[in-house]
Amino acid sequence: MKQHKTNTELIAKSLKRRHRKQTRLKYYGLFSVLLGISFLLILLGSITLNGYTAFQQTVIKVNVKIDENHIFGDDGKVSQDVMYATNWDGLAKKAFRKVFPEVTDRFQQRKLSDLISANSGYEIQQMMIDDPSLVGKEIEIWVNASDDVDQFIKGRLNVEVPEDQRRINDMQLSWIQTLKEKNIIKKTFNTGFFTSADSREPESSGILGAILGSAMAMVVTMFLALPFAVMAAIYLEYFAKPGKLTDFIEVNINNLAAVPSIVFGLLGLAVFLNFFQLPRSAPLVGGMVLALMTLPTIIIASRAAIRAVPPSIRDAALGLGASKMQAAVDHVLPLASPGILTGTIIGMAQALGETAPLIMIGMVVFLVDIPTGFTDTATALPVQIYIWSDSAERAFYERSSLAIMFLVLFLIGMNLLAVLLRKKFEKKW
Amino acid sequence: MSDKIKIQVEDVNVFYGDIQALFDVTLDIKSKEITSLIGPSGCGKSTFLRCMNRMNDVIDGCRVEGKITIDGENIYDADKDPVLLRARVGMVFQKPNPFPKTIFENVAYGPKIHGLASNTSELREIVENSLEQAGLMDEVKDRLNDSATDLSGGQQQRICIARAIAVNPEIILMDEPCSALDPIATARVEELMGNLSNNYTIVIVTHSMQQAARVSTNTAFFHLGHLVEFNATKQIFTNPSDKRTEDYITGKVG
Amino acid sequence: MDIFDITIVILAISTASYFFAVKKITKISNTNDIRPDSILSYYGKIAAIWAFVPAFSLLLFYSFLSPIFSEMVFIEKLSKIFPEHTESQLDLAFAQLQNVANGILENPDININRLAVELKSWDETSLAVRSWVVFMLLAITALFSYSRLTPKFKARKTVESFLQKLFLGAAVVAILITIAIVASLLFEALRFFEVYNIFEFLFGTHWSPNIAIRDDQVGSSGSFGMLPVLSGTLLIALIAMMVALPIGIFSAIYMTEFASKGVRDFIKPTLEILAGIPTVVYGFFAALMAAPFFRSLGLSLGMDVSSESALAAGAVMGIMIIPFISSLSDDVMNSVPQSLKDGSIGLGATKAETVINVVLPAALPGLVGAFLLAVSRAIGETMIVVMAAGHAANLTANPLEAVTTVTVQIVSLLTGDTVFDSPKTLSAFALGITLFVVTLLLNIGALTVSRKLSEKYD
Repeated sequence: MKQHKTNTELIAKSLKRRHRKQTRLKYYGLFSVLLGISFLLILLGSITLNGYTAFQQTVIKVNVKIDENHIFGDDGKVSQDVMYATNWDGLAKKAFRKVFPEVTDRFQQRKLSDLISANSGYEIQQMMIDDPSLVGKEIEIWVNASDDVDQFIKGRLNVEVPEDQRRINDMQLSWIQTLKEKNIIKKTFNTGFFTSADSREPESSGILGAILGSAMAMVVTMFLALPFAVMAAIYLEYFAKPGKLTDFIEVNINNLAAVPSIVFGLLGLAVFLNFFQLPRSAPLVGGMVLALMTLPTIIIASRAAIRAVPPSIRDAALGLGASKMQAAVDHVLPLASPGILTGTIIGMAQALGETAPLIMIGMVVFLVDIPTGFTDTATALPVQIYIWSDSAERAFYERSSLAIMFLVLFLIGMNLLAVLLRKKFEKKW
Repeated sequence: MSDKIKIQVEDVNVFYGDIQALFDVTLDIKSKEITSLIGPSGCGKSTFLRCMNRMNDVIDGCRVEGKITIDGENIYDADKDPVLLRARVGMVFQKPNPFPKTIFENVAYGPKIHGLASNTSELREIVENSLEQAGLMDEVKDRLNDSATDLSGGQQQRICIARAIAVNPEIILMDEPCSALDPIATARVEELMGNLSNNYTIVIVTHSMQQAARVSTNTAFFHLGHLVEFNATKQIFTNPSDKRTEDYITGKVG
Repeated sequence: MDIFDITIVILAISTASYFFAVKKITKISNTNDIRPDSILSYYGKIAAIWAFVPAFSLLLFYSFLSPIFSEMVFIEKLSKIFPEHTESQLDLAFAQLQNVANGILENPDININRLAVELKSWDETSLAVRSWVVFMLLAITALFSYSRLTPKFKARKTVESFLQKLFLGAAVVAILITIAIVASLLFEALRFFEVYNIFEFLFGTHWSPNIAIRDDQVGSSGSFGMLPVLSGTLLIALIAMMVALPIGIFSAIYMTEFASKGVRDFIKPTLEILAGIPTVVYGFFAALMAAPFFRSLGLSLGMDVSSESALAAGAVMGIMIIPFISSLSDDVMNSVPQSLKDGSIGLGATKAETVINVVLPAALPGLVGAFLLAVSRAIGETMIVVMAAGHAANLTANPLEAVTTVTVQIVSLLTGDTVFDSPKTLSAFALGITLFVVTLLLNIGALTVSRKLSEKYD
């Protein structure tokens, strides 16, 4: 009895300390969780703050009159040659300079021309191609401002620093002020970002080319990886006999799922490009490399989905006289397909965000044209982000941030879809 | 044998979420005796056992109402610490669950965390003493540093008993301690319980009526969450007062 | 006809074979009153398989092999025109020849132009031959299978054994990929070791791969000692693990032991979003936000932090790895049986004491497995370091300096204008095989220890 008493006292005395220790561990845990979540918020938040302004593009109104001799040939018809020979940039600049007739010095004139995009001439040319009847008329067109002006209007250019250290000088600032007063500079929705490919000028660059490149690569990945994965999964779950070959296949699959993605890029470079002489920088090859990379993921998910179908379904089919193959393909596979689909979506999301292997096979290219075929030279959305974040112009940060927002949103959407699919088709057998 | 009452249970109700598992259980458990809890599966006997050292606190959504006092103190009072309570009320589980550590470390676990030994020789003494009481010392004295999980099922269960004894509790709760053991191991554990009841108050949940009859002084019969009958074991098995008890004992239900 | 057109024709003929076969078997069995061995559709299927598989396989083989063959032939011809050219110069000349043949480039050399015309007609002939041989084979196999099919034929068995072999083939692809990886990396790496000593590569402390493309350029001998590259990789991985391991493990402890089910159901998927964010996004964040942040933080403390510091790249990589560790550890700790935890709690241990003394030791093999997988991941991670770490090799343990990694070097060696067969590009494959072997060992180690855990508690 004595012993009990002293023990209880001994323990009671230490309790406070022990509970404090417990509380401490709990708060370490909570703190870690909050740290993880706040990293997520900082990451997504800072990118959103950087990128949301790219939804808008600064444009400047220019009045321009295009003479007949700039687009019509001698026969009075639209002539490619004449159009090609026309100095559209010069026309655009000249038209813009009319806003400031007092600027006559050549150096100053050049500084003034720098306020509008170097691609303004192209915009005017496109307008004339679309509607040749505008010839000879005084037309109003909003052309893109140059990236520096755009960044300044969006408040992203610090004008507090000395004049020689910034990209817009005092003179240009006063001109922008005038443009503002005359109400011929404004911000509009940045349509060009969604309808064009890359460009040397940030204000003319867009993500459409990269999105199409990604989409084509994904189509190839899907058509290669899914059938092989499903067939392999059926084999491993239904026909494989335990033994060395099966073990070796399983070890390979598990290991391939953890091989660094860049190794798949090296494989693609050495085998697809150098040995098989497939075209460089093509979505076809990109898709093939990504298919190799996602194959193990999809096999593992498909096997799990097939295993989740209770053996009673198979036994029932076998009992009715179906062959093993019929039981697997006609009865089990349809029931496993939502699970396989979920795994495929997750694997595809992983492939869509992948950059390194695509760099290896040369999809890191500067490309103004929008790719139209599987063997065209193309880039992909994550690679486009990589290219832009490597560029010097401040305006490209904004655009790569917006591209990231799209990519991440799309990936989160894919993952949500996978989760919803799983919830919807989740069956308790 | 004293007639002193160790645990007093008054109007205990237990809920798992919206489901009520125990209804108005009231009984007294006497000091230094073995009390058996019997009844068909799902009758609430294990739930009741786990109320007495507040192991139900660990389960999400479990709520206990009513009063359980040990030596006159309500263990569910707000200022009562379950850690201290569990040091006083030891527990042995259905499946032997030695930690994946050595035999010595298993038995020393309780004294270590509670700080009961001020130096290693004291700790060694406690461990050896507990193994002795659990009747294991002769079997394991040469291999205290072997892994406890390598022992046989019966030895593992006695390690778990020694582990509980090492903290020097007043009460030992046993939740079907022999259900995973063979008859020989069961006999040894039952013998051990008899010896331990000289120093400890023991409450045992058992599936086997023979076991209850063999080891316990008093027996409580539970049915569908209700305490149907609580009496001296002899009385319950020879002359049950409730029809349901009789049906269970004679094997008509269960 | 291009490959898609031919495929469509093959598919069409195969479909037709299906219906003809079904029709034939129906007719024979009706007139002779025989019961076919299998359901009718299987006769169609086997006919379609016989039509499709040989023709399509031939098409693929031909399409893959013909460019290799034509390259061989024309490089042979080029070597006669330019007897002094090396192998890699010949490769380059062939690429030019292709461009001339396709009208992309113009070349004044009359020999080249003649050869280009020849190449063009070769390619055209090759395409025409391809269509012909594929269609011939298609016709032969389709007619042959049609003539041989009788109701007695065991169509179902044949179809199923074909499918089973096909499925086995798909499973074996996993092995083939591994073999292809090892073979291609090893092949190029061995070519590198022909010109560069393997021990100097493995143990050299100087890495500067800049070799001149022209032989007369200054500093034409590159140096390929990989130790500084390896040490940089390990330094960044170490920093990443120092961030990810404590946060991941403590998060897992919180999720398994302290959080209610509702909270856990929120935390776990939220943290896993971090794992779903593409690495290029982390790279962007590391290069343009974390690195400048660490640099200005260092400046305000009077320290000189490189703008490509190992710290920034490592820390951001650590953030990326957090969910990896937390999710795996959470799974492992959940697999520790409740009875063990009960045993500890029942003795009066607090939750914290139970976690530290029982749960963590019991889960240790799984935690080690998770750790090894995470390290493998950190070592193989590419985009974060390409965008945020340095490009110059630097043998240092100072996290504030710029270091380079294996993956950065692979990327920088293989992008840009380089001749493919130079030691510079080949060394990338030597780094690649090193990377593959190291991650392979880590992955196998992880699989082995986690298998031990599941044997213990299953």
